Amino acid sequence: MEKKVTFTIDNKECTATAGSFIVDAARKNGIYIPTLCNYDGVKPAGSCRVCTVKVNKRHLTACTTPVAEGMEIEVDTAELNDLRNAVVELLFTEGNHYCPACEKSGDCELQALAYRFQIMAPRFPFQFNERDIDASHPKIYHDHNRCILCKRCIRAVKDKDGKSIFEFNNRAKEVRIKLDDKLGETLSDELALKAMEVCPVGSILVKEIGFKTPIGKRKFDRIPIGTQETTEQLSHKEEHHE
Amino acid sequence: MSKPVIATTSLAGCFGCHMSFLDIDDRLLDLIELVEFNKSPIDDIKTFTKDCDIGLIEGGCCNTENIHLLKEFRKRCKILVSFGECAIMGGLPAMRNDISVKECLEEAYLSGPSTVNEDKILPNDEELPMILDRVYPCHEIVKMDYHLPGCPPTADMIWIVLHALILDVDIELPYEVIKYD
Ligand code: SF4
Ligand code: SF4
Ligand code: FES
Repeated sequence: MEKKVTFTIDNKECTATAGSFIVDAARKNGIYIPTLCNYDGVKPAGSCRVCTVKVNKRHLTACTTPVAEGMEIEVDTAELNDLRNAVVELLFTEGNHYCPACEKSGDCELQALAYRFQIMAPRFPFQFNERDIDASHPKIYHDHNRCILCKRCIRAVKDKDGKSIFEFNNRAKEVRIKLDDKLGETLSDELALKAMEVCPVGSILVKEIGFKTPIGKRKFDRIPIGTQETTEQLSHKEEHHE
Repeated sequence: MSKPVIATTSLAGCFGCHMSFLDIDDRLLDLIELVEFNKSPIDDIKTFTKDCDIGLIEGGCCNTENIHLLKEFRKRCKILVSFGECAIMGGLPAMRNDISVKECLEEAYLSGPSTVNEDKILPNDEELPMILDRVYPCHEIVKMDYHLPGCPPTADMIWIVLHALILDVDIELPYEVIKYD
C-alpha cells in the first residue's frame, strides 16, 4: 500500500501519498496553488517560481518539492500572494505582451493568472525588449515576444522515440526556443496542435486557425484558472492526448 | 453640495475606450445625475474651466503634445485613471518601441509601399508636436492613481470603478470584468 504522510497547509490538516509533489498533494486536498511552468504528467522544471510556497518558513517551489511528514506549508498569505503577483508582473514587462492582438488571449495561462490575481497594471517598467517572430515553418510559428521560457514545449512535445522536438538556442538574454532542424521538418499536424496546447502562452501557434473560439467561450473568459472546472478541462485534454 | 467633476481625453489612443465608456448604455443617465463633465470629447469642452475630481486618460504618450496634456490633467484632476491598454502599457502604438524613430518615419513618409512623397519631406512644421523616441505608458510620465486594463476596458468595469470613485466606496470587481483584450 502507498505510504501516507500528514502535513498542514495554512494550518489545515492534510494527507497525501508520500513523495507526491506539494502542488498535487494540495490539489488532492482541495487547495489550489497557482502554477505556470508546470504541466500535468511531465517532469516538473521549477522554472517560473509562480508556485512558490513556504515550507517550514523557507521559500520553495511547490511543483518540485515532495511532501513529507509534518511539513508546515504556507500558501495563501499576503506575502506569498504579493510575491506571485510580482513574478507574473515581471513576465508581462520582460516580454512584449499585446494581449489585444494575441491569438492565445482568453486561453492563455499567464493572462489567466493575472486575471485571477486581478492585476490592473504591473509595478515594474516595461522593457520593450527586441524580440522577433519566426514564421518560417509551414505549420506553426513562434512569437518570441510572448515566450516565457518555461520549457513546457521541450519537456512535453516529443517524437515517437522520445526525442524533444523543441530546443533552446543561444544563452542568457538571447535564449530563444526553436524547432529542432531535422525533427521540425516532419512535424505532424497532431504534434503541432499539441505544441500549441502545451505552450501556456501565445508563443507557439498553429497557422491559419487563430481566433477560432468566439470571445465569451474561451477557457478563462468566465472561469478563473485553478477553479474546479478549468482544472478538469485541462486534465481532460491531457487524457485526450496521451 | 456640488457634483463631482469628470474630465476625459484620448492621447495616443483610438477612441475605443471612450466608445466603451458610452457602452455603459442607460447607466449614462444615472451618471449624468451624479456628476458634471468638464474638458472631454463627450461634451466637446476643449479647455479646462475648473479643477476636476476624476480624469480618465485613454492612450499612452507618443508625442510632446500628449505629454503636455497629460501633465495638465495631472495638475487639474484629483484622481487620474489610466483607462485601457494603451494608457497602461502603450498598446498597439508601442509596437514601434523596438524600432528607431528614424526607421519609423522613413517607412511612413519615404519608403512605405503606398507612400507618394516626391519632395522627400518629413513632416517638419513647427506647429506639429514632436514624435517621442518611443511610446510611454502614462504612469511613466506622471503618477496615475488607478488602472483599468482592457482593449477597451469593459463597460461594466468602467461603470463599477467610476461609480465607486464617485461615491468614495471600495472597488469590488467581479472576475469577468477584468480583461486585457
Ligand atoms: S501570450 Fe498571453 S499574456 Fe502574452 S499577449 Fe498573448 S494572451 Fe497576452
Ligand atoms: S514556447 Fe511556450 S512552452 Fe516553449 S518555452 Fe516558450 S512559453 Fe514555454
Ligand atoms: S510552477 Fe513551480 S516553478 Fe513554475
